[in-house]
Amino acid sequence: MTSWAEIPLSGWGRLSAPETLAARPERAAGFDAAVDEALDAGEGLLMRGAGRSYGDQAVLKGGRAVLTERLDRVLAFDPETGAIETEAGCDFQRLIRAFAPKGWIPAAIPGAANVTMGGAVANDVHGKNHHADGSFGDHVEWIELIAPSGKPRILMADATGRAEKDLFRATIGGMGLTGAIRRVGFRMMRTPGASAVVKESRAPDLEAQLAALESSDARFSVSWIDAMGTGAHLGRGLVEEAELSGAPPRSLKKGKTRVPFNAPGALLSSLVVKIFNEVHYRLVPAGGRESLKALETFLFPLDAIADWNRLYGKRGFRQFQCVLPPDQAEAGLARLLERAAAAQAASPLGVLKRMGAAGRGRLSFPMEGYTLAMDFPNRPGVEELLVDLYAITEKHHGRIYLAKDSILSARELDRMYAEAGTFRNTIAKLDPHGRMRSDMSERLELSARHAAEGGK
Amino acid sequence: MSAENTTAPGGWIVLGATSAMGRAFARAAAGTGAAVALAGRDIADMDATASDIRLTTGVEVSVWLFDAADPNAPADLAQRAAAWAETLDGALNAAVFIGSMPEQDEIDADPALIGPVARDNYAALAESLHRLAPLFEAQKGGAIIGVGSVAGDRGRIKNYVYGAAKAAFHTYLSGLRNRLGRCGAHVMTVKPGFVDTAMTWGLPGMFLVARPEEVAESCLAGLSKGRNVLYVPWFWIGIMTIIRTVPERIFKKLSI
Ligand SMILES: Cc1cc2nc3c(=O)[nH]c(=O)nc-3n(C[C@H](O)[C@H](O)[C@H](O)COP(=O)(O)OP(=O)(O)OC[C@H]3O[C@@H](n4cnc5c(N)ncnc54)[C@H](O)[C@@H]3O)c2cc1C
Repeated sequence: MTSWAEIPLSGWGRLSAPETLAARPERAAGFDAAVDEALDAGEGLLMRGAGRSYGDQAVLKGGRAVLTERLDRVLAFDPETGAIETEAGCDFQRLIRAFAPKGWIPAAIPGAANVTMGGAVANDVHGKNHHADGSFGDHVEWIELIAPSGKPRILMADATGRAEKDLFRATIGGMGLTGAIRRVGFRMMRTPGASAVVKESRAPDLEAQLAALESSDARFSVSWIDAMGTGAHLGRGLVEEAELSGAPPRSLKKGKTRVPFNAPGALLSSLVVKIFNEVHYRLVPAGGRESLKALETFLFPLDAIADWNRLYGKRGFRQFQCVLPPDQAEAGLARLLERAAAAQAASPLGVLKRMGAAGRGRLSFPMEGYTLAMDFPNRPGVEELLVDLYAITEKHHGRIYLAKDSILSARELDRMYAEAGTFRNTIAKLDPHGRMRSDMSERLELSARHAAEGGK
Repeated sequence: MSAENTTAPGGWIVLGATSAMGRAFARAAAGTGAAVALAGRDIADMDATASDIRLTTGVEVSVWLFDAADPNAPADLAQRAAAWAETLDGALNAAVFIGSMPEQDEIDADPALIGPVARDNYAALAESLHRLAPLFEAQKGGAIIGVGSVAGDRGRIKNYVYGAAKAAFHTYLSGLRNRLGRCGAHVMTVKPGFVDTAMTWGLPGMFLVARPEEVAESCLAGLSKGRNVLYVPWFWIGIMTIIRTVPERIFKKLSI
């Protein structure tokens, strides 16, 4: 018998935290039992990793949640090929700490160390090397899951049958809607060691940023962007380029700073952010600088402060992230940055990055072009701002990253993601009663309507 | 077995390796370079933990069936341990994380559950350690960690049957410490407060909850400092000192 407990579960943006009946199995057998019970209960099942998705994707009001965090083991590893097999709750931090010194790291690593392999599959996550190495799903060899019917299945990346292929492509970036992922098999990539040589340089405006990212041939590249910059400073920032290294990194700082309570709103007033951004920009000398960083410091800069999402106060915050195709990037990004700067609502966290080829999932976010991410404290007016930013994104043929979203509509989704209809059809066949669900899947009308059970 | 080589990492038997604390401790012990033998009931689960530890740390890992309900379990364990100790580079060590905690009202409804509670939290563990003790005497070293509970410090209405079994285990460990200390082996009693495990998942009234990894690290740190009794997190020593000093005529009216 599974032990179910009512606990508040929110997204990383902490917009709301509904009490949810949750189980946290510690053994593989307990995982299967919890998933089966939740599927049978018919209140909807949400799978949940580390809760690092921002909006309502890992939230399910009135349903059940199965938390994977305690099932975090590495089950197999081939030191010749880098092929690895883990439980769904294994996170990037464990893998990097154990395997980077041996010469291997995951080929796509998001900016938060605790993201789980289940979450990595479910959002087809990308890292600072996306333009060179693709997204997480590109390296997945197989996924073992419990389908919404309760039946265990293994989905192979190289499956040839149409239905199998379909299911695999619905699972990569599929937000947990195709079933409860138990285990994942994927390939890691080589690294000379656990550090990175990082080069930072100033880019005075948007044009310079794009040119720098475009011409960079570094394996890892990303820009910090001053989302408060206007006029001549519009789109200015710092370009960071890096290569993996085997040089011994300076030791990781052991203790973490922890944000113990919700910060007062004044901390992120536009004046404070403006000053912060100005200082941050000027800290890098005009001629640039180069440094050797521990891999974790380089990959997870925000993780130095645990629970930093509390800095945004108790109303929480929203993140905006879109990707625009190359030919639309300059004009579209300028519109987005102008709109954000005019609202004077941004936080210091603005990130711009060049993306490579599209992912394998039906709803994979990555595509060739440029991705922009900005955080906004959840103040009055922020929804209007987001609506405008979404409209600009759509107008420039871009799409919104669902891992960060909380307001997109089903119609907008269809216009941004060409394969959304195919995804819906797959889900309708696989899960006609809408047993796998999240607040997001309801909002985006992705889980099948359960009319037979009396509607929502 | 070569306990003379005190710097060699040796090996740890982890009794109760499928519990969150046992798993965390096995990982932490392997992190020091020690071989580990996972002992518990769920072989499939321990196989997964064994692969994990082998692949992430490179140490040798064995998996042994140990079911506290099986009367032969302690003797079987001692036999395997004796053979395993021969293969170790360094001392044999053992850590005990086994325990079971049915709800007090389940016990009130069926007092026959008291036997199994006493077995799972005391008798089977004490018998196991007793059968292992000669190995520690022979190697003149090594460490034993016995995990009890703050619940064993005083009988409370909410879980006094569980608490009584833990108290018995504490007393046993204290005696074993007295015995093995004479030959250079060390016994440490660990009394965790609230730990975030399957046992406490969703229980109301939890506060200042420790992660299993923190308990594991505290165990190793406490051991290296030669501690005899360790409360984790440390502030529980203060809480329990207060709880222990409340006079019985008042305590009997409390329902904490
Ligand atoms: C600071 C920060 C930086 C980030 N940087 C990046 C970045 O650089 N690139 C990027 O791509 N993303 C980034 N993200 C987003 C993050 O990578 C994704 O939201 C990721 O999916 C979160 O994984 P999680 O384990 O926390 O899963 P959760 O947030 O708990 O869940 C996310 C989704 O995965 C599903 N899921 C989780 N486990 C399972 C399972 N076992 N079976 C089925 N479905 C499952 C859930 O149902 C849900 O739909 C960042 C997030 C933060 C907070």
